[in-house]
Amino acid sequence: MATQLFETVYHVKGSDFANAGRASTSIKDTLKRLGVPATVVRRVAIASYEAEMNVVMYAIRGKILLTVSPSDVTLEIKDEGPGIENIDLAMQEGYSTATQEMREMGFGAGMGLPNIRKNADEFDITSEFGSGTRLFIRVKQAA
Amino acid sequence: MATLTNNKTVTLSDIRDLLGAEVLCGIDLSVRVERVGAADLMSDVLTLSTPGMLLLTGLVSAQVIRTAVVADLCGVVFVRGKRPADSILSLAQEAKIPVLRTPLTMFEAAGKVYGALTGNSATDN
Repeated sequence: MATQLFETVYHVKGSDFANAGRASTSIKDTLKRLGVPATVVRRVAIASYEAEMNVVMYAIRGKILLTVSPSDVTLEIKDEGPGIENIDLAMQEGYSTATQEMREMGFGAGMGLPNIRKNADEFDITSEFGSGTRLFIRVKQAA
Repeated sequence: MATLTNNKTVTLSDIRDLLGAEVLCGIDLSVRVERVGAADLMSDVLTLSTPGMLLLTGLVSAQVIRTAVVADLCGVVFVRGKRPADSILSLAQEAKIPVLRTPLTMFEAAGKVYGALTGNSATDN
């Protein structure tokens, strides 16, 4: 794994269902190319994909900032959108405000945020209702 | 999502024969199927799958292929004869995800695969 810090930004458009997941598959390719261990790549990619789907499903637009250092991989996902009114509720497995269209794509079952947290060593979410959401996760690289 | 671990050596080519499936994308069918899961909910696949799992699904969308990529699945079988759009197959080709389709329902396909992996063969008719 390279010793220098790697950083890149991915842009995600809200409601762009055809491309939903493209950023996360790119993130996965990038991490593999950088020599990040496969188990870490998978955890980051799963968290990223769930977060990207959330941006596509709920927000107007969003950005995913990926950073890679020898010790960890982090993702910061910031979106402009409706925000989350009650984060505690949103973190509950099964709680969802998804529409039928979202569910038909295999998402929106209220498992996204809990699944992101499950794959992260550090997880932080803040949201301003009516404005947007910021999600941060850190996955440690194996020693 | 129901999943099953493969204690026997079953390959994608065995799965194709077992399910009377058509190969829509995939060159190397000698890949060993480590585990099999059946689900239409991609969030469940992302939560419960393990690398090398084969997914049986009735959901046809680009998200299925992207889920397979992200979760390191060994392939996807679309049930009930559903044929994905060419754009979805191109995505699978690009990502090297083998894609099959079977005329069987999810229940029938899962039953047959379960039988093959456990040795308890499902009875036809």
